[in-house]
Amino acid sequence: MAKEKAKSKQEASEKTEKTAGKVDLELDLRGLMCPLPMVRVSQNINKVPVGGVIRAVATDPGSLADIPSWARTTGNEVLKTERDGKDIIFLVKRVK
Amino acid sequence: MMAEEKKKKAAMVVLSGDMDKLFAAFIIANGAAAVNMEVTMFFTFWGLRALKKNVATGKSLFGRMVGLMYGGDITKANPSKFGFFGLGRWMFNKMMKSKNVVSLLEMRQLAIDLGVKMYGCQMSMDVMEISREDMIDEVTDCVGAGFFIEQAQQADFTMFI
Repeated sequence: MAKEKAKSKQEASEKTEKTAGKVDLELDLRGLMCPLPMVRVSQNINKVPVGGVIRAVATDPGSLADIPSWARTTGNEVLKTERDGKDIIFLVKRVK
Repeated sequence: MMAEEKKKKAAMVVLSGDMDKLFAAFIIANGAAAVNMEVTMFFTFWGLRALKKNVATGKSLFGRMVGLMYGGDITKANPSKFGFFGLGRWMFNKMMKSKNVVSLLEMRQLAIDLGVKMYGCQMSMDVMEISREDMIDEVTDCVGAGFFIEQAQQADFTMFI
Protein backbone atom coordinates (compact mmCIF):
# COMPACT_ATOMS: atom_id res chain seq x y z
CA MET A 1 0.00 0.00 0.00
CA ALA A 2 2.66 2.43 1.13
CA LYS A 3 4.86 1.39 -1.77
CA GLU A 4 2.04 1.95 -4.21
CA LYS A 5 1.46 5.38 -2.74
CA ALA A 6 5.13 6.26 -3.03
CA LYS A 7 5.13 4.99 -6.60
CA SER A 8 2.08 7.02 -7.59
CA LYS A 9 3.61 10.05 -5.95
CA GLN A 10 6.75 9.57 -7.98
CA GLU A 11 4.70 9.16 -11.11
CA ALA A 12 2.79 12.28 -10.24
CA SER A 13 5.93 14.34 -9.80
CA GLU A 14 7.34 12.98 -13.06
CA LYS A 15 4.09 13.93 -14.73
CA THR A 16 4.38 17.41 -13.24
CA GLU A 17 7.82 17.80 -14.70
CA LYS A 18 6.64 16.63 -18.10
CA THR A 19 3.57 18.84 -18.27
CA ALA A 20 5.04 21.92 -16.68
CA GLY A 21 8.52 21.82 -18.16
CA LYS A 22 11.25 23.49 -16.24
CA VAL A 23 10.85 25.62 -13.15
CA ASP A 24 12.41 29.08 -13.36
CA LEU A 25 12.17 30.05 -9.71
CA GLU A 26 11.70 28.19 -6.45
CA LEU A 27 9.96 29.95 -3.57
CA ASP A 28 9.97 28.59 -0.04
CA LEU A 29 6.86 30.05 1.59
CA ARG A 30 6.65 27.51 4.40
CA GLY A 31 5.52 28.99 7.69
CA LEU A 32 4.16 32.18 6.13
CA MET A 33 0.55 33.05 6.85
CA CYS A 34 -2.14 35.06 5.04
CA PRO A 35 -1.64 37.20 3.02
CA LEU A 36 2.10 36.60 2.71
CA PRO A 37 2.20 33.51 0.45
CA MET A 38 0.16 35.35 -2.17
CA VAL A 39 2.13 38.56 -1.67
CA ARG A 40 5.45 36.78 -2.13
CA VAL A 41 4.28 35.10 -5.34
CA SER A 42 3.11 38.49 -6.55
CA GLN A 43 6.44 40.12 -5.66
CA ASN A 44 8.38 37.44 -7.52
CA ILE A 45 6.28 36.84 -10.62
CA ASN A 46 8.16 39.49 -12.59
CA LYS A 47 11.46 37.76 -11.86
CA VAL A 48 10.56 34.97 -14.29
CA PRO A 49 10.04 35.60 -18.01
CA VAL A 50 6.57 35.50 -19.57
CA GLY A 51 5.74 31.81 -19.86
CA GLY A 52 8.10 31.04 -17.00
CA VAL A 53 7.10 28.97 -13.99
CA ILE A 54 7.45 29.53 -10.25
CA ARG A 55 7.39 26.53 -7.96
CA ALA A 56 6.11 27.77 -4.60
CA VAL A 57 5.92 25.63 -1.48
CA ALA A 58 3.57 26.92 1.21
CA THR A 59 2.10 25.49 4.40
CA ASP A 60 -0.77 27.94 4.99
CA PRO A 61 -4.00 26.08 4.08
CA GLY A 62 -5.55 29.47 3.20
CA SER A 63 -3.13 29.75 0.30
CA LEU A 64 -4.97 26.84 -1.39
CA ALA A 65 -7.72 29.32 -2.21
CA ASP A 66 -5.66 32.52 -2.22
CA ILE A 67 -3.02 31.73 -4.81
CA PRO A 68 -5.49 30.49 -7.47
CA SER A 69 -7.61 33.60 -6.78
CA TRP A 70 -4.53 35.76 -7.11
CA ALA A 71 -3.77 34.07 -10.45
CA ARG A 72 -7.30 34.63 -11.76
CA THR A 73 -7.32 38.30 -10.76
CA THR A 74 -3.89 39.04 -12.19
CA GLY A 75 -4.34 36.97 -15.35
CA ASN A 76 -1.70 34.37 -14.50
CA GLU A 77 -2.14 30.63 -14.26
CA VAL A 78 -1.77 27.96 -11.60
CA LEU A 79 -0.67 24.90 -13.55
CA LYS A 80 -0.80 22.53 -10.66
CA THR A 81 -1.52 22.31 -6.95
CA GLU A 82 -0.11 19.37 -5.05
CA ARG A 83 -0.12 18.39 -1.42
CA ASP A 84 2.82 16.62 0.10
CA GLY A 85 2.20 16.12 3.80
CA LYS A 86 1.96 19.62 5.22
CA ASP A 87 3.47 21.17 2.11
CA ILE A 88 1.27 22.66 -0.57
CA ILE A 89 3.11 22.94 -3.85
CA PHE A 90 2.01 25.37 -6.53
CA LEU A 91 3.27 25.64 -10.07
CA VAL A 92 2.48 29.16 -11.14
CA LYS A 93 2.96 30.29 -14.73
CA ARG A 94 3.52 33.92 -15.65
CA VAL A 95 1.10 34.56 -18.51
CA LYS A 96 1.71 38.25 -19.16
CA MET B 1 -1.30 40.50 -26.03
CA MET B 2 -3.36 43.13 -24.31
CA ALA B 3 -1.94 46.58 -23.87
CA GLU B 4 -1.01 47.65 -20.35
CA GLU B 5 -4.43 47.94 -18.71
CA LYS B 6 -5.34 50.59 -16.23
CA LYS B 7 -4.80 49.45 -12.67
CA LYS B 8 -7.88 48.69 -10.62
CA LYS B 9 -8.29 50.74 -7.48
CA ALA B 10 -9.28 50.13 -3.88
CA ALA B 11 -10.11 52.85 -1.36
CA MET B 12 -10.38 52.28 2.36
CA VAL B 13 -11.38 54.44 5.30
CA VAL B 14 -9.75 53.26 8.51
CA LEU B 15 -11.57 54.83 11.44
CA SER B 16 -10.65 52.22 14.03
CA GLY B 17 -7.41 52.09 15.97
CA ASP B 18 -8.19 48.62 17.34
CA MET B 19 -5.58 45.97 16.78
CA ASP B 20 -7.98 43.47 15.19
CA LYS B 21 -9.48 46.00 12.81
CA LEU B 22 -6.09 47.36 11.81
CA PHE B 23 -5.04 43.79 11.04
CA ALA B 24 -8.08 43.38 8.80
CA ALA B 25 -7.38 46.70 7.09
CA PHE B 26 -3.71 45.95 6.37
CA ILE B 27 -4.30 42.34 5.30
CA ILE B 28 -6.92 43.45 2.79
CA ALA B 29 -4.77 46.36 1.61
CA ASN B 30 -1.77 44.07 1.11
CA GLY B 31 -3.93 41.50 -0.63
CA ALA B 32 -5.31 44.12 -3.00
CA ALA B 33 -1.80 45.44 -3.68
CA ALA B 34 -0.67 41.88 -4.41
CA VAL B 35 -3.28 41.52 -7.15
CA ASN B 36 -1.89 44.68 -8.69
CA MET B 37 -4.46 47.15 -7.41
CA GLU B 38 -3.70 50.74 -6.53
CA VAL B 39 -4.63 51.01 -2.86
CA THR B 40 -5.51 54.17 -0.94
CA MET B 41 -5.95 54.02 2.81
CA PHE B 42 -7.45 57.04 4.53
CA PHE B 43 -6.82 57.00 8.28
CA THR B 44 -9.12 59.06 10.40
CA PHE B 45 -9.70 59.64 14.12
CA TRP B 46 -8.72 56.53 16.12
CA GLY B 47 -7.22 55.07 12.97
CA LEU B 48 -4.48 57.71 13.07
CA ARG B 49 -2.73 55.49 15.59
CA ALA B 50 -1.64 53.33 12.67
CA LEU B 51 0.44 56.22 11.31
CA LYS B 52 1.71 57.73 14.54
CA LYS B 53 5.20 57.59 15.92
CA ASN B 54 5.62 56.61 19.54
CA VAL B 55 5.69 60.21 20.75
CA ALA B 56 3.68 62.36 23.15
CA THR B 57 1.15 64.48 21.25
CA GLY B 58 -1.07 67.45 22.05
CA LYS B 59 -0.65 71.09 22.95
CA SER B 60 -3.74 72.12 24.90
CA LEU B 61 -4.83 70.45 28.15
CA PHE B 62 -7.39 68.25 26.39
CA GLY B 63 -5.02 67.56 23.52
CA ARG B 64 -2.32 66.39 25.90
CA MET B 65 -4.90 64.32 27.77
CA VAL B 66 -5.88 62.56 24.55
CA GLY B 67 -2.19 62.05 23.80
CA LEU B 68 -1.67 60.58 27.24
CA MET B 69 -4.70 58.29 27.28
CA TYR B 70 -4.50 57.30 23.66
CA GLY B 71 -0.76 57.53 23.25
CA GLY B 72 1.67 55.28 21.49
CA ASP B 73 2.13 53.99 18.00
CA ILE B 74 0.68 51.07 16.05
CA THR B 75 2.31 48.54 18.40
CA LYS B 76 0.14 49.87 21.26
CA ALA B 77 -3.15 49.07 19.51
CA ASN B 78 -5.43 46.98 21.73
CA PRO B 79 -7.93 44.41 20.46
CA SER B 80 -11.57 45.59 20.38
CA LYS B 81 -12.48 42.72 22.69
CA PHE B 82 -10.37 41.25 25.53
CA GLY B 83 -8.53 44.53 25.98
CA PHE B 84 -7.84 44.08 29.71
CA PHE B 85 -5.55 47.11 29.77
CA GLY B 86 -2.92 45.68 27.44
CA LEU B 87 -3.13 42.08 28.59
CA GLY B 88 -5.25 41.12 25.59
CA ARG B 89 -2.79 42.73 23.22
CA TRP B 90 0.05 40.77 24.80
CA MET B 91 -1.93 37.54 24.61
CA PHE B 92 -2.98 37.97 20.98
CA ASN B 93 0.54 38.99 19.97
CA LYS B 94 1.85 35.81 21.58
CA MET B 95 -0.83 33.67 19.93
CA MET B 96 -0.23 35.19 16.53
CA LYS B 97 3.51 34.89 16.82
CA SER B 98 3.18 31.19 17.61
CA LYS B 99 1.07 30.83 14.44
CA ASN B 100 3.65 32.77 12.44
CA VAL B 101 1.32 35.67 11.64
CA VAL B 102 3.42 38.80 11.15
CA SER B 103 2.94 41.76 13.49
CA LEU B 104 0.95 44.90 12.71
CA LEU B 105 4.21 46.81 12.36
CA GLU B 106 5.45 44.33 9.74
CA MET B 107 2.06 44.43 7.99
CA ARG B 108 2.35 48.20 7.72
CA GLN B 109 5.90 47.95 6.42
CA LEU B 110 4.76 45.41 3.83
CA ALA B 111 2.02 47.81 2.73
CA ILE B 112 4.63 50.56 2.35
CA ASP B 113 6.87 48.21 0.34
CA LEU B 114 3.95 47.26 -1.92
CA GLY B 115 3.25 50.93 -2.65
CA VAL B 116 0.00 51.26 -0.70
CA LYS B 117 -0.73 54.97 -0.26
CA MET B 118 -1.54 56.05 3.27
CA TYR B 119 -3.22 59.34 4.02
CA GLY B 120 -3.95 61.02 7.34
CA CYS B 121 -7.20 62.89 7.88
CA GLN B 122 -6.18 66.51 8.37
CA MET B 123 -9.27 67.40 10.37
CA SER B 124 -8.87 64.60 12.94
CA MET B 125 -5.20 65.49 13.22
CA ASP B 126 -6.19 69.07 14.05
CA VAL B 127 -8.83 67.98 16.55
CA MET B 128 -6.57 65.46 18.28
CA GLU B 129 -3.58 67.81 18.00
CA ILE B 130 -1.43 65.34 16.13
CA SER B 131 1.04 67.08 13.83
CA ARG B 132 2.60 65.78 10.62
CA GLU B 133 5.87 65.45 12.57
CA ASP B 134 4.15 63.07 15.00
CA MET B 135 3.52 60.67 12.12
CA ILE B 136 5.82 58.34 10.20
CA ASP B 137 7.60 59.74 7.14
CA GLU B 138 5.92 57.25 4.80
CA VAL B 139 2.53 58.98 5.14
CA THR B 140 1.75 60.10 1.60
CA ASP B 141 -0.13 63.24 2.57
CA CYS B 142 -2.65 64.71 5.00
CA VAL B 143 -5.95 65.34 3.24
CA GLY B 144 -9.67 65.84 3.68
CA ALA B 145 -12.93 64.14 2.77
CA GLY B 146 -13.02 65.62 -0.72
CA PHE B 147 -9.83 63.85 -1.64
CA PHE B 148 -11.17 60.56 -0.34
CA ILE B 149 -14.46 60.95 -2.22
CA GLU B 150 -12.50 61.42 -5.42
CA GLN B 151 -10.49 58.27 -4.73
CA ALA B 152 -13.62 56.34 -3.74
CA GLN B 153 -15.42 57.42 -6.89
CA GLN B 154 -12.66 56.00 -9.04
CA ALA B 155 -12.29 52.86 -6.93
CA ASP B 156 -13.47 49.38 -7.85
CA PHE B 157 -14.20 48.70 -4.22
CA THR B 158 -14.35 50.80 -1.08
CA MET B 159 -14.27 49.78 2.54
CA PHE B 160 -14.95 51.35 5.89
CA ILE B 161 -13.13 49.76 8.80
